[in-house]
Amino acid sequence: MKLTEHQVQHVARLARLALTPDELSKYGAQLSAILDAVDALSQVDTSGVPPTSGVDTSELEARLRLGGSTPHLREDVVAGEVGAKAALANAPQVEGSSFAIPKVIE
Amino acid sequence: MPRSDFQVVIGLEVHAQLLTTSKLFSGASTSFGGAPNAHTSIVCLGLPGVLPVLNQQAVELAIRAGLALECTVAERSEWSRKHYFYPDLPKGYQITQYEFPVCLGGRVTFDGADGEKSVRLTRIHMEEDAGKLVHEGSVSLVDLNRAGTPLLEIVSEPDLRSADDAVEYLKSLRDILVWIGVNDGNLEEGSFRCDANVSVMRHGSNTFGTRCELKNLNSFRFIKQAIEIEATRQVEIIESGGKVDQETRLFDPQRAETRSMRSKEDAHDYRYFPDPDLPPLLLSKDRIEGERAKQPELPRARRRRYVEALGLPAYDAGVLTADRAMSEFFERCLAEVGDAKQVSNWFMGELSRLLNESKSTISQVKFTPAQFGAVLKAVKDSVVSGPGAKELFADLFATGKEPSVIIQEKGLAQVNDDGPLLEAIAAAMAESPKNVESYRGGNTKIVGYFVGQVMKKVGGKGNPKRINELLVEKLKG
Amino acid sequence: MIAALGKALAEKSTTSLETTTTALTAAKRDTFNAFLAIDEAGALAAAKASDERRARGATLGPLDGVPVALKDNILTEGVVTTAGSKMLANFTPPYDATVTARLKAAGAVILGKTNLDEFGMGSSTVNSAFKPTKNPFDATRTPGGSSGGSAAAVAAGIVAGALGTDTGGSIRQPAAFTGLVGLKPTYGRVSRAGVIAYASSLDQVGPMTRTVEDAALMLEAIEGFDAADSTSSDAKKTSWRESLRSGVKDLRIGLPREYFVDGMDPEIERSVRAAAKQLESLGASIVDLSLPHTKFALATYYVIAPCEASSNLGRYDGVRYGHRAADVKQLKELYERSRSEGFGSEVKRRIMLGTFALSSGYYDAYYRKAQQVRTLITRDFEQAFQNVDVVLSATSPVLPWKLDEKLDDPLAMYLMDVLTLPCNLAGLPGLSMPCGVSSSGLPIGVQLLGKRFDEATLLCTAQSLESALNLKQEVR
Repeated sequence: MKLTEHQVQHVARLARLALTPDELSKYGAQLSAILDAVDALSQVDTSGVPPTSGVDTSELEARLRLGGSTPHLREDVVAGEVGAKAALANAPQVEGSSFAIPKVIE
Repeated sequence: MPRSDFQVVIGLEVHAQLLTTSKLFSGASTSFGGAPNAHTSIVCLGLPGVLPVLNQQAVELAIRAGLALECTVAERSEWSRKHYFYPDLPKGYQITQYEFPVCLGGRVTFDGADGEKSVRLTRIHMEEDAGKLVHEGSVSLVDLNRAGTPLLEIVSEPDLRSADDAVEYLKSLRDILVWIGVNDGNLEEGSFRCDANVSVMRHGSNTFGTRCELKNLNSFRFIKQAIEIEATRQVEIIESGGKVDQETRLFDPQRAETRSMRSKEDAHDYRYFPDPDLPPLLLSKDRIEGERAKQPELPRARRRRYVEALGLPAYDAGVLTADRAMSEFFERCLAEVGDAKQVSNWFMGELSRLLNESKSTISQVKFTPAQFGAVLKAVKDSVVSGPGAKELFADLFATGKEPSVIIQEKGLAQVNDDGPLLEAIAAAMAESPKNVESYRGGNTKIVGYFVGQVMKKVGGKGNPKRINELLVEKLKG
Repeated sequence: MIAALGKALAEKSTTSLETTTTALTAAKRDTFNAFLAIDEAGALAAAKASDERRARGATLGPLDGVPVALKDNILTEGVVTTAGSKMLANFTPPYDATVTARLKAAGAVILGKTNLDEFGMGSSTVNSAFKPTKNPFDATRTPGGSSGGSAAAVAAGIVAGALGTDTGGSIRQPAAFTGLVGLKPTYGRVSRAGVIAYASSLDQVGPMTRTVEDAALMLEAIEGFDAADSTSSDAKKTSWRESLRSGVKDLRIGLPREYFVDGMDPEIERSVRAAAKQLESLGASIVDLSLPHTKFALATYYVIAPCEASSNLGRYDGVRYGHRAADVKQLKELYERSRSEGFGSEVKRRIMLGTFALSSGYYDAYYRKAQQVRTLITRDFEQAFQNVDVVLSATSPVLPWKLDEKLDDPLAMYLMDVLTLPCNLAGLPGLSMPCGVSSSGLPIGVQLLGKRFDEATLLCTAQSLESALNLKQEVR
């Protein structure tokens, strides 16, 4: 599909990227070409096909059915606090023990 | 056209903080206060490379809430990322549940102005809270202590038709969540927050008007006020031929108005998609049913039982179930004594008074239900007098000592033995022959005088009923 | 080589300190731009500690005292970790990735951090914000990518082994380009905790080494369930070395028709088919195979990976760490300028692509559709593995290209990954190993794909092939 300049601008804003007019037209053309290639997917009949979003859960489901538990849960205990000093160690700007940024006007 | 031609339609979204010790996906503490960023871990800071790991207690509490609110708890729910940029959102997305929430359906019942009402729930899902942004001089400061705190979002259907009902719905919902230990119910600290979707339509209409979402409603009073103000605003727009815009509006309690929060930025596009860092949340049927079996009796049901089965006045039943701990203690004391009315009287009277005076709560009480039972038994068996019982209970409340010990130490036991009483009666009659004559002459009321004299002689510990009986016998001659 | 070095250390013919010092000298010379950071103090301290353990007879295992390098998207506590991006040029992690911690616990000496395409996005290591890495076999050519720095560091003989990450071929393709063994484990086999995410459902860490045995040794050190990674599997660990020598007799090896693509370098095809023949002569049977949805893998990948990347890279906002543009006056400016300055053009392109594909109105057509096709690609493999134990193909359809070759058509670049992507989409283990040399003297890699969590069969097959081929590939 061909992206309009307005669409490219909209996506850049959503992604918080400031693009120069050159970048806008370059990315516009490149994204359109990539999306054209990606449109090949529309040929595939996926009716009734469940999406795969990552971890294969069939094994976990089988385990639960057998009365087991899933391994990926954490006990509710306080652990791993790094403290404000370490939290702020890489910060570009700090005030007190807070991260500081230019004033947000709402 | 007057306002009364219109009907307000309200749906509520409640964010209730789950009572966990640590955050939803990290081990940082959820405790309130502390220096900015003191309660942060690498995960809630959104550092590169960090991954979320789900807190099992949050899951436990979500299931509990779902069952108490009569929802269908999903055997499979899913985590999604909701994207937007804001300085208090460390990862650029919030982990929430979108397409597949942990609970579907459900209802909240409450007492409205014209009787019992039930509001349907759409869904309940878990999500993480954002941090805090404060503005100071030329900068804004980011504190991530709250970031990642587990929240339950409870979304109602637009079933509410008045601001008063909205408040009653929220109170009932809050009572349940607090009762089952899922939330602390604190609106001021923001652990129980509410957004209201408000629209208006003409009476008799089936079509909802365009809704506005109201934010910043941090007390029941503000919620009622904001809904009423917003409804009036919408009616005025419609009556003057205008159209209501769908938008988010902020309630300003100082100026008693709602105002648009629409920013000049693009409309939100949250770009939800399933979080690849988290497997779906899988709950077995057994687990859900196991939780269901453990469900406690809820406050409304208990209130009803107190009135209908125990015969308590509605007011007493309300007071006794206002607080889970109070109610549970009442239940245990009732099991010791068996007479609901009697136990209720002690709870409503002496116990409430002592708790008030000592500014303490039921969970701090030093005595056991068995000891409470012993006090009531002492009264029933005439071991102590009425006033003696109050003294005994006050001392039990203060010290938690065994009632039998207190009775002894304070000498609260009544003289039930006839011997000493007869001696005192004989003495009193001998001291006052004129009054004896008077009694025998028909002035039977004077027996009261003798009871007082006898009681004085036995140091106030005589059983007044027995003294009376013996006196009447002796005075008659 | 790790096993050989381990033997030398055990026989006391060298010490870790001596080996580490030599490695440090070579790393500092860094002829091929393999390194972004060298942790001299840390490496020397670790080497000394290892020698002390050995003197006490308390050696930790086969990696104890062995210098290794880590791709610079793997966090190292106290040592700057950049992901090859200007965005993180000054980022010092306060924690170790799980794989870093596990290597340290195994006694390995972490020499430094290697170059990569920014955030792992690329297959040439030219997309590094800092410098391009050169191929030790021909310094005018690319070592591949995105783990090109790790590949060059091992191929140049600076370290015996290195860790890379593989989202769509980023371990296997550079391994093929530099004559190494590169293993992408099954998704979930190795923890991703502390690895800077590119595409979370595809990323996996794995070893890049000179021999199959070395890859097994490194895998053994880093694999296994990690409570900090909810996608890590608690599947049982295997003792890889024990399975190594079991041979390929009666193993069924499938050659997928769709992987012998048009435009493939004929020398590569010849070499790969010869490798298959070699396995046949060792007792394996070769099976013709079809993976019908292969042609959609590229499109699927270039939806899913950018979508996840656009999300994963949202955290780089100049607020808590990373690059912040100078003199920003308001929030919008802070975000837009910091991100535009901090990210390179390939990263921005993928963020744009992913943001678009997830945006309102396009999600179903792109993201959901891609996830459904991903299911079909996975099913292709499930079906194939009913009849075969290993799938064999080339790793890359092309030989390493010239560094100055003008490749500004991103789509043409993406096509180069076509043979490595399906493995990530299906979460399978994949291994690339050298199977020959081109007439121009460049290494050629063969790719072996296995069943989920069946790294044992992969390694065993690879080792049989390795000893049968007995290639002597040295950097000239």
